[in-house]
Amino acid sequence: MSTLEQMYQQVILDHAKYPVGRGLVDLASVEGHLAGESHQVNPTCGDEVTLRVDVTPEGSVAGVSWEGQGCSISQASVSVMTSLVEGADLDEVARLDGLFHDLMSSRGKGLGDDDAEDALGDATAFTGVSQYPARIKCALLGWAALKDSLARSGALATS
Amino acid sequence: MTTTATVRPGDPALQAAESGSLSTTELAAVRADFPLLERTVRGGKPLVYLDSAATSQKPQVVLDTEVDFYEQRNAAVHRGAHQLAEEATEAFEQARAAVAAFVGADEGEIVWQPGATAAINVVAYAFSNATLGRGGEAAARFRLAPGDEIVVTEAEHHANLVPWQELAARTGAVLRWIPVADDGRLDLSGLDSIVTERTRVLAFGHVSNVTGAIAPVATLVAAARRVGALTVLDACQSVPNMPVDLHELGVDFAAFSGHKMLGPTGVGALYGRRELLEAMPPTVTGGSMVEVVTMEATTYAPPPQRFEAGTQMVAQAVGMGCAAEYLGELGMAGVARHETELAAEMLKIADIPGVRVIGPLDTADRLAVVSFVVDGVHAHDVGQVLDDKGIAVRVGHHCAQPLHRRFGVAATARASASVYTTVEEVVAFREALAGVRAFFGAE
Ligand SMILES: Cc1ncc(COP(=O)(O)O)c(C=O)c1O
Repeated sequence: MSTLEQMYQQVILDHAKYPVGRGLVDLASVEGHLAGESHQVNPTCGDEVTLRVDVTPEGSVAGVSWEGQGCSISQASVSVMTSLVEGADLDEVARLDGLFHDLMSSRGKGLGDDDAEDALGDATAFTGVSQYPARIKCALLGWAALKDSLARSGALATS
Repeated sequence: MTTTATVRPGDPALQAAESGSLSTTELAAVRADFPLLERTVRGGKPLVYLDSAATSQKPQVVLDTEVDFYEQRNAAVHRGAHQLAEEATEAFEQARAAVAAFVGADEGEIVWQPGATAAINVVAYAFSNATLGRGGEAAARFRLAPGDEIVVTEAEHHANLVPWQELAARTGAVLRWIPVADDGRLDLSGLDSIVTERTRVLAFGHVSNVTGAIAPVATLVAAARRVGALTVLDACQSVPNMPVDLHELGVDFAAFSGHKMLGPTGVGALYGRRELLEAMPPTVTGGSMVEVVTMEATTYAPPPQRFEAGTQMVAQAVGMGCAAEYLGELGMAGVARHETELAAEMLKIADIPGVRVIGPLDTADRLAVVSFVVDGVHAHDVGQVLDDKGIAVRVGHHCAQPLHRRFGVAATARASASVYTTVEEVVAFREALAGVRAFFGAE
């Protein structure tokens, strides 16, 4: 596989074409739930994502919805992240966020840790992206939006 | 006001009459001057550098001139009584003369600046300072009052937009703009209602760094003169790629960067008509730009030194002078014809299914800067696939967000040429681009 094909794995191309969670869902306040929204922009290339998160009283992600525009890497990354974090509790989300950031710093090598890569699931498809310094921020855009919307929801303070 | 253009030996205008485009042998010789063009990228692929509008590559002679300055002449300029100081000063001022001659200006009309962005800000802040009363009566024509208008265009690079927005915000002046038509050229149909008696400044780009369109300078200068407004030309993309004679164009100010015209980074030039530079208050103040300094007050040196505070980027300036001479010897009329040929080759991408060019589709009044979108594939992804084949294009908004918004796109990919670009390179780019949609499964 060429480095280009390593970056544009089929999983990524599929998520870019058929994204998960795309289309903002109204966060009608469910009793006891916390909700947050974040808008993130990558000023150098204009990629954007607006993301909403809904957190249960027990501190797990009840739902993520988002709207965005940008390159296939940024859009696929939000999509993969959405399928990954739905249902996860906030500690697990924090762990996944840390692992994904580690993956993006791995310069194409991956995490070298089967448990960690199992946890990241489809998100390991972004390993190839970490070989391209200019594209890492594309892959991280959605994760930044998730972290910020969780902070805004107030869920992090209570958990 | 009239100006007469004198043709000097070696003048681009003279060579224009003599030479056609660059021949294959000339082009091969030019390419051999640029060491970086020999390198390979992405696992041994020959580099196809189509990002010269962002920054150009540098010929060996420019690199050597800079090194030679440091090895042989390095000293502070305009001070010190020693031989090195004399030689450094001479090199610095000769470079100024070379740049001035290259753009049809007088030596005293060229001010060194770190780049075009800095140069435009010098003018914008001169208006601010004059409005605050600095520069006295001489600077009266730079004073702005609430209700005065500053006119730009919708096609501007942020460097020729944001400083004017800021000036308007500081002074209460109103920012207006000339819109862009669907073909990427300026829409001048409402010009008389945009440039009016209230207009004090008309700032516009000579050549768009997105669409490649050449602005109708004569029409715009005439409109400004009719109402007594000052003109500021962003000449970043024109000076490296076509003959530019600032006296003949009749603009009041112009800005351009060394690094886009085969010169070093960190240096550029502000052109101002002599009488305007003389009347203009300084913006950056400090050492080297003064006459008499007391604890209470300071009088300022005449231009250009008045606008060159602090230790200057001497080696880079000398390099930029060398770049101007290099281009002057090639002959800018020939360079421009070469670029027109390349533009024609680039524009053939409009025939690739799913490719849409943002900007004029004909080669009249345009240079080889071609921005485009690919249906169903984001510009970043387009750039990545081209990069994998060794082809370097720029992706994003190219520091022109309003222009992109005008065309309803967040980002484009852009191919741009310089003197050393070949038709073969453009063909390689076209062929690679033709495969992009298939790679992403976009139909
Ligand atoms: C049309 C135009 N204006 C202004 C600039 C700013 O030049 P610099 O970044 O060298 O100051 C550029 C280059 O990016 C440009 O293309």
